Amino acid sequence: MTASSEFVPGPKIKEPRVRSGRLRPGAEQWSWRFMRISGPILVILILTHLFINLVTGDGVSQIDFAFVAGKLAKPLWQWWDFAMLTLALLHGGNGMRLLINDYARRPWLKKLLHGALGVAVIGIIVLGSLVIWTFDPCPTGADPSLIPSFCEAVS
Amino acid sequence: MWMWVVHRVTGVAIFFFLLIHVLDTSLVRVSPEAYNEIIGSYKTPIYGLVEAGLVAAIVLHAFNGLRIVAVDHSTWALRHQKQLVWAVWIIFVILMAGFLPRHLMNVFGGA
Repeated sequence: MTASSEFVPGPKIKEPRVRSGRLRPGAEQWSWRFMRISGPILVILILTHLFINLVTGDGVSQIDFAFVAGKLAKPLWQWWDFAMLTLALLHGGNGMRLLINDYARRPWLKKLLHGALGVAVIGIIVLGSLVIWTFDPCPTGADPSLIPSFCEAVS
Repeated sequence: MWMWVVHRVTGVAIFFFLLIHVLDTSLVRVSPEAYNEIIGSYKTPIYGLVEAGLVAAIVLHAFNGLRIVAVDHSTWALRHQKQLVWAVWIIFVILMAGFLPRHLMNVFGGA
């Protein structure tokens, strides 16, 4: 191998003289790891989601209650959507946390934004999970023309 | 540097859309009528274009994200990171060339 194509690592950086004062020194490493593990999984989950919902069939014009109910009646899509929901919100929430760290310089503002972010992320995960796991594809008393065709056989 | 900006901007856009998207989909728990009404707005031309933009943002963020993972994990990818940026844009163009005609026909085709 020639020296020009060889990757040469930079000189080792000395330990900082002042300790960072972080309570959980390994936390940022876990954040880094989580982003790199959840990212590729989300690529598969979301690109498949987009392909099924927007490309196959009639694309966006096919999406209505009956379409979503037909999907969420199957455990595969319940787990698929649940994985997508939690991973995407944690990945996106962690990304937003890093942006807040970079751009919100005043401590009170940083605290406020982190708080709002935490409430939004946890609130949306709880709401989405409740919807996925308590969903009834054939609600009683619903207009039969709006619900999936398999509901007739059930009732 | 530019890909860093692209990653941040697309990431923030996707995050806010995600919040809205879970809220609108939650209407399936309210009633078929409520859900159909809100999803109807996704099928309007304006929102159809916004959707195309969101898909573009997701595809860019996805493949640039995979490039970042690759560059962090292998020195080969680190040495070829400039070419990998090109690969991201080429994959982006190919996927969007496949998606856009299909999607825009669904939005504007009057289906």
